[in-house]
Amino acid sequence: MTRRTRLTIFLVGAGCVAAMFVLAVLGMPEFGGSHHVYRDLAVHAAVLHRTANVVSSVNFDQRAVDTFGEETILITSVVAAAVLLRPAEGETERRIPRTGRNLAGTRLLGYVLVPVTAIVGLDLVIHGHVTPGGGFQGGIVLATGLHLLYVTGSYPALDRLRPISAFDVTDALGAATFGAVGLAGLGFAGSFLTNIMPWGTFGQLFSAGTVPVLNVAVGLEVFGGMVVLLAKFLQQDITVASKGEDGEA
Amino acid sequence: MSIYAYLVAGYLVLIGSYGIVRSRHMVHAVVSLSVAQAGTYVLLLAVGYQNGATAPVFGSTTKPSTDVVDPVVQAMALTDIVVSATVTALLLALAVQVNKRHGTVDPDELAALKG
Amino acid sequence: MTALIVLVLTLVAVAGTATVMADAPERQAVTLSVFGLALVMVFMVLQAPDVALSELGVGTAIVPLMVMLAIRTMRKDRRERSGSGDGDDRGDDS
Repeated sequence: MTRRTRLTIFLVGAGCVAAMFVLAVLGMPEFGGSHHVYRDLAVHAAVLHRTANVVSSVNFDQRAVDTFGEETILITSVVAAAVLLRPAEGETERRIPRTGRNLAGTRLLGYVLVPVTAIVGLDLVIHGHVTPGGGFQGGIVLATGLHLLYVTGSYPALDRLRPISAFDVTDALGAATFGAVGLAGLGFAGSFLTNIMPWGTFGQLFSAGTVPVLNVAVGLEVFGGMVVLLAKFLQQDITVASKGEDGEA
Repeated sequence: MSIYAYLVAGYLVLIGSYGIVRSRHMVHAVVSLSVAQAGTYVLLLAVGYQNGATAPVFGSTTKPSTDVVDPVVQAMALTDIVVSATVTALLLALAVQVNKRHGTVDPDELAALKG
Repeated sequence: MTALIVLVLTLVAVAGTATVMADAPERQAVTLSVFGLALVMVFMVLQAPDVALSELGVGTAIVPLMVMLAIRTMRKDRRERSGSGDGDDRGDDS
């Protein structure tokens, strides 16, 4: 069908959807109201398990099975994207070409900021059950921090710091740890992903049972997964070339 | 105008879908998909909001009480954001490979290729 | 329903429209980054710091970077395809 037909059909459909959506929204409870049943139940359960960050408690304690499913999606997508971005039959990897000119000051800024970002990321992961943060956010900050080296112009430095097989292993290790903690819960307490470790005192580092352990597992997995993904994209852009060319200096 | 947040969420989903329908480049379609997904996050968080409540994190200054916004919808939105980033990466990898095989990423031209 | 909430929601709607209406994907990468930042503001105003942290890393840094890398790769592959025969395609003006 032509573009015009497709667009017309879409506009008709979108108009109907918009009308139904407005009707539905007019019947919803008011925005900013105070009737939230799940909130009362979730906060009560989180305080019972001595978890100060209720969102982490919901993610890793009350609805941990959902998070297990989501991180399975994550590792599957990373594996699929890595397979899709392998150098193909007629392609080969060449040496990293000489980069253009960039200021020494920019590169110095990158070198200085990488450890700072790494510490912030680790803090987010480890204190995820006490302050806002957690495995997902901390893993993303760690991966982005590492790639500051690329952004400020030192791709060879990034390449040395980032053995891809090590990050593959980190990714898989994170996912496996999550599953292992779940199976331990099944073994010791009778249901998958029960919170079996001691709950501790509210607001301390060692509190909330298995929530910090699962935070670290997810942090490792997200960090490894994102670094592998970005590494494959960077390789495709910078080092992969078709076999017909001469190797460039 | 107390339904404004919901309307913005619905608008984002529809404008993202419009971008996908109208696009001439697969990467443009993938980015419009990201915009549509953001509409769902806004809807989730708007459902959980309460006027005058604080964030659902307790500490030395905030004693545990139920005067916080809904944490369940926040938990859903936060895992969703990270997972959708990897799915976007998968779609981009697909687009790169399609470009290598067929030399074009225009969806209209791709529909005509056979075999 | 304060004025601040209305303002950031309007900002998000405008940024989303700009992202979808930008026709060139390389321009979309930058507007996507701005859209991500506007979303972070909405999430903070709606009292969701965890969600804002997630969106900050993902929507402003990682996804635009991947989009730009994908576009550069596609352009390079297309150049190699059309210029197959001459081995020198060092031009990196993209």
